[in-house]
Amino acid sequence: MPKSQAEYDVIVVGSGAAGGMSAFILAVHGVRVLMLEAGRDYDPVTETPMFQLPSEAPLRGASTPEKPFGFFDATVDGGWQVPGEPYSSDQDVNFKWWRSRMLGGRTNHWGRISLRMGHYDYKPRSRDGLGFDWPMNYEDVEPWYDKTEALIGVYGSNEGLENTPDSSPGVLLPAPAPRVHELLTQKTCAENLDIPVIPAHLAILSRKQDADHWPARLFPNNPLAQKVVRQSMRERAACFFATPCGRGCSIKANFQSTTVLIPPALATGNLDIRTDAMVREVTTDARGRATGVHYIDKQCGEDRHASAKLVILAASACESARIMMNSRSTLFPHGVGNGSGKVGKYLMDTVGAWVGGQIPALENMPPHNQDGASGMHLYTPWWLYQQQARGKLDFARGYHIEMYGGRRMPGAWAFAGLGNDTGGAYGKRLKREARRYYGSYIGYAGRGEMIPNEDCYCEIDPSGAVDRWGIPTLKFQWKWSKHELNQARHMQHTFRDMIEAMGGRVTSTIHKDGADAIAAPGEIIHEVGGAIMGKDPDRSVVNQYCQSHEIPNLFVADGACFVSNADKNPTLSIMAIAWRSSDYIVDQMQKGTFS
Amino acid sequence: MSRNKPVKIARRTVIKFIAAAAAAPALWPGLAVQARKVAIEKGRKNHKGPAGTPSDPDLINPVVPWELTLSDEHLGMLETLCDMIIPADEHSPSAGSIGAHDFIDEWVSAPYDGMKRDRVTVTEGLSWLEKESDKRFSATFADLEEEQKTSICDDICHVASSAPEHVRGAQFFDRVRDLTAMAFYTTPEGMKDLGYIGNVPLTKWLPPPREVLQHAGLIPDDE
Repeated sequence: MPKSQAEYDVIVVGSGAAGGMSAFILAVHGVRVLMLEAGRDYDPVTETPMFQLPSEAPLRGASTPEKPFGFFDATVDGGWQVPGEPYSSDQDVNFKWWRSRMLGGRTNHWGRISLRMGHYDYKPRSRDGLGFDWPMNYEDVEPWYDKTEALIGVYGSNEGLENTPDSSPGVLLPAPAPRVHELLTQKTCAENLDIPVIPAHLAILSRKQDADHWPARLFPNNPLAQKVVRQSMRERAACFFATPCGRGCSIKANFQSTTVLIPPALATGNLDIRTDAMVREVTTDARGRATGVHYIDKQCGEDRHASAKLVILAASACESARIMMNSRSTLFPHGVGNGSGKVGKYLMDTVGAWVGGQIPALENMPPHNQDGASGMHLYTPWWLYQQQARGKLDFARGYHIEMYGGRRMPGAWAFAGLGNDTGGAYGKRLKREARRYYGSYIGYAGRGEMIPNEDCYCEIDPSGAVDRWGIPTLKFQWKWSKHELNQARHMQHTFRDMIEAMGGRVTSTIHKDGADAIAAPGEIIHEVGGAIMGKDPDRSVVNQYCQSHEIPNLFVADGACFVSNADKNPTLSIMAIAWRSSDYIVDQMQKGTFS
Repeated sequence: MSRNKPVKIARRTVIKFIAAAAAAPALWPGLAVQARKVAIEKGRKNHKGPAGTPSDPDLINPVVPWELTLSDEHLGMLETLCDMIIPADEHSPSAGSIGAHDFIDEWVSAPYDGMKRDRVTVTEGLSWLEKESDKRFSATFADLEEEQKTSICDDICHVASSAPEHVRGAQFFDRVRDLTAMAFYTTPEGMKDLGYIGNVPLTKWLPPPREVLQHAGLIPDDE
């Protein structure tokens, strides 16, 4: 292969939601792309344990430090701790940094929850004076939400609720019928609590995509794109309503970068992928333009360089910020694109709190299949915008409610505590109690918006620590504001009210102090920020197209560019924004900007 | 009483083949997969599967990579205890008969902090159980009559209401009960007992049956 400077047009660092989408969009437009992935190659078609029972796994598939979501979880070489790749924080900070070192990154195991950010979410500061506004409006991104949903396949419904955007007609796939615990939640919330419960939006094919319609709609006048998308859509089966999505999906019924974006990108012939390529630094020339990246070839431990006309960082929010801060030179003493000093700043995660309960109405349920689409069929979008606007709540932003329950495949801990809960049942009575209680447990999880603040950031560890590859590591700082803590308390109280309204018994501790209810920072794995967008180069890192203010051929397309972290899980917005960014890059390339 | 891992692995393998065979032919897009693989080989470098490390185990052919450590004597007692906790009835076999005691060996032998703590709980508890059997009935636990075993278990089956001298025994019993339930209800036998009827491919997803909606009070009962 020729080793000329112009071997590739674009280097994409990372292969998940942002990297996969960027590489795919560029490749279908004839751009020659090199994708670098720090983890190993991974093929969901051959590697996914679809129907395996927990009894086939070590420890019945229970969580371990190396497999935090259980043995069969799709994550390879990932988790909050990765061997040889440490990070630090002060003792009281406890930030947990999730990595997935594998092709496709965390899209292989994610929850598939695909909620659009709305009008309010792009202009939060204009609305309540907190945080920052995005440099664009919801309307600016809306076409890419439609396109992303149509491309990846999202089920759900349009309900016309406040700041919960509808998709364009025909975009969403039909929502699967709710299960009994979801129907009971919906009825109870409607009758007793005035809380809406509506079809969830998940990136799962509830039926096959229309491969004759969408390719031309998504990519008019682009025969190559239409061909590879048509092939990709035809290869994806509809969900067969069995097997947990978190293991990945060998029939490609849910969205993973490795089943939906990377195969058609490869089919264009315009994408090369190097796995086990751990990028440590963006290189620049005397003019201050990006020239490529240094990476460690993990198979031999050697440092290598790859060149391109343009570099897109999509390594995940904190990793992209780390690469930027580690790319120091005379021109960029604080790292590339960091003249503002804002790289690493304004990290956000999602506010998380949980309450479990036991519902007598669900006991001794007649056996029937409740697997469904693995994830939830119904959810509750934030419903108290008006109360917040009137100052009735002691926190500024919203949360949505996720629900879990039903007679799912029993996992390792399905009946933990049953003996003590039943006054000491053992013997034949324990078996009767198990039959009675199976499927009667329910759980509600709040996922709420965190407002960016000056105290939440990462920096290159001042101690000089390096990882096993010799790359300087990150140190995290974190402090919740009262908005997050009060919101977490509100979540728990709401869920308690829901369980009690269903005639149930709360099985979790309801905390008076939100600080005890809130999940540790990083635990929800929605970390965004660290290279935020903005119009002002002194106060932000990239523009609305994810383009560095200082280095026009450097882009940060992943969650690092997020200005706020609405309660809407970030993956869908990451992909929509990355697609929009790549369309901009293609447009600029056609004008000769980066040559 | 068997502690030989090969037997356990063989059982797992059989289950896996059954599951794969049941699912494979009808729904996997075989030809399309072939086409995709060619495309990938062209574009990718460094292709390899699982490394076989703890953070990248072979998920399709799982193995327990650590040594099992419980003695035959402890395993024998555990098997008896597992059968006390989950005995055979008209719905399903006993926990011991599906190897729950071997699973507890796997659990307490694992190289993780929580399991190491459980190892202490289990081995100390078994020693206590042996002494208690000897004290009360001058026999080993495994040799006790059913009502003799029950009289001991009744004293330690509930942490909150157990006598002060039995609290530790009750904590031990509760842990073994949780692990026995974990072992049992994650097997085909345990799932069948519960009436779990999922993990099978469906061509269509349907709303809950009428009797289910009635059971939950979502619609009125039939007249």
